[in-house]
Amino acid sequence: MKMLTRIGFWLLVAAVGLFSIFPFYYAIMSSFRSGSDLFTIAYLPERLDFSNYVAVFERQPFGTNIFNSIVVAGAVVALSLALGITAAYAFGRIRFRGRSLLLMTILAVSMFPQVAVLSGMFELIRAFGLYNTLPGLILANLMLTLPFTVWVLTTFMRELPKEIEEAAFVDGATPWIVVRRVFLPLMMPAAVTTGLLAFIVSWNEFLFALTFTLTNEQRTVPPAIALMSGSTAYELPWGTIMAASVVVTLPIIAMVLVFQRKIVAGLTAGAVKG
Amino acid sequence: MADVVLKNVRKTFGRTHVIHGVDLDIRDGEFIVFVGPSGCGKSTLLRLIAGLEDITSGELFIGGERVNDLAPAKRGIAMVFQSYALYPHMSVYDNMAFGLELAKSSKADIDSKVREAARMLQIDNLLDRKPRQLSGGQRQRVAIGRAIVRDPKVFLFDEPLSNLDAALRVQTRIEIAKLHTDTRATMIYVTHDQVEAMTLADRIVVLNAGRVEQVGTPLELYHRPANLFVAGFLGSPQMNFIPCTVSHIGPDGVQVQLPKAGSITVPVSPEGLRMNETVTLGIRPDHMKLSPQGTLTGRIELVEELGENHLLYVNVGGERHLTIREPGDAHHEAGQEVALALAPESCHLFRESGEALPFLSGSRTPAPPSPDLSSRAA
Repeated sequence: MKMLTRIGFWLLVAAVGLFSIFPFYYAIMSSFRSGSDLFTIAYLPERLDFSNYVAVFERQPFGTNIFNSIVVAGAVVALSLALGITAAYAFGRIRFRGRSLLLMTILAVSMFPQVAVLSGMFELIRAFGLYNTLPGLILANLMLTLPFTVWVLTTFMRELPKEIEEAAFVDGATPWIVVRRVFLPLMMPAAVTTGLLAFIVSWNEFLFALTFTLTNEQRTVPPAIALMSGSTAYELPWGTIMAASVVVTLPIIAMVLVFQRKIVAGLTAGAVKG
Repeated sequence: MADVVLKNVRKTFGRTHVIHGVDLDIRDGEFIVFVGPSGCGKSTLLRLIAGLEDITSGELFIGGERVNDLAPAKRGIAMVFQSYALYPHMSVYDNMAFGLELAKSSKADIDSKVREAARMLQIDNLLDRKPRQLSGGQRQRVAIGRAIVRDPKVFLFDEPLSNLDAALRVQTRIEIAKLHTDTRATMIYVTHDQVEAMTLADRIVVLNAGRVEQVGTPLELYHRPANLFVAGFLGSPQMNFIPCTVSHIGPDGVQVQLPKAGSITVPVSPEGLRMNETVTLGIRPDHMKLSPQGTLTGRIELVEELGENHLLYVNVGGERHLTIREPGDAHHEAGQEVALALAPESCHLFRESGEALPFLSGSRTPAPPSPDLSSRAA
């Protein structure tokens, strides 16, 4: 009986694992194949053919696209955290009229589907003269990342003991010093987590990036991949698309693995009250 | 070094009045303890002095300067919190240096001050540790050290010992007393522990529901409580209260009729007292004796042995219980009928309003309170 439950448990684990990893595995597989091979089903690679990977960078400015994505995602993370932490201090620590209303409004913003705000956002971006520029994309993506950054950081900020802040005030700290020198180090785990989520959201964002850019040189990775064309209008270059997807997914996976250790380490360090 | 003067200080949170007009003169170098039941406003009063809460109305002076609108750091105070409130991500050294660093002191100055304070508190071997690597007692020392390095005019302590275990509490209490003798700084200390209050204070401020009930030296408060609240609050076990009626008023005091028992003449001044008025007689458990000639009789309900003394809980009729403390081991058992003798000179009489009747001059041991030490409660 014990044996059976154990087998059942591992079968279930295998099923979950297979379900989440198989699509990515198949993408890697396909990226090594080309031509009509792509349309036969195979579960094991026959040979390692990197021609698709070369083609990704040769046929379009894919390097520029990756660079754009890094700039946009990096700026979005930096701005979200900077605004998120300062906003969290206000929401978590300062009593003012309309605080919960404002907090609700911020949450409400994230409820609208992207499509609903697309046309309005387009007008906004055009009015600012940011159409087909990276700052335009950064501004648009902030709308997606700020609500949850503010919420998570506010919740975290509220749980920090009030006495620490008061001790800092008695020591002569201004609110800004309290945020920067006392709260920021304590909130590192939360900041890393939300920063990572913001990075992923911004890195994978498609609709805004597609709508607010015009030229290939200003595109980020997701629309660049989607708009890849083959040698004829009727051919979808699956091999190249898969190669491109693998190239842009690997850094994300690496980053999550690296920071995951940090998140866990940070959370346990913060859990012990000081 | 500075005196602290509160003039009709009030604090309201929305519509809730927390502090109702407190007047207080705290002299330079004095050790003042605020005591009172939880929710009496003692911590709020301390936070008003610290500047962590805004004073709703009234005036606060520290060292002669009106500080109502000054930020905490500008008031020349340092505060030790109940939860220590150390910065968890900083080393002990950085925790203590943080305030000086913000005040833009020189590196050498900071270093010498931190090391001196650490030596004084015997935490100089812990300077590189993080707070989470310290025990509760060590954390509290760091918190005190952080206050010392700022060289404040006034130290504020908010129940600093209540998170420590009993043995450590006694030890740290002695260290705080020593710190006071060494620095001669003004100290204001909030506690709900009357042992801390009695042992540490030059003067105790008893607070109740946002009002000052009485201010005085520990022994004044113990021997001459101004009202029922102070009488009941200080002393453990609590003072016994017996309702009775005035039966005779004479030159040697007020004679009161005890319920279902004899009468007793208490040497207090009868100011404005009428015959047959209801008053409350108060007597501490140590001032009653078991004696065959006793005026009160009752049945022992419970005996508590404490080693050096023992407590007897005596039911004197109705639902009324009196507590008696006798030295040594108990010679009685629960269920026995006993008679209690009250020492008249150790009795207190309280008017129906709760106010204590003043003792006749020369009636008892402790010196009468000098006028400037008496309560200034509104």
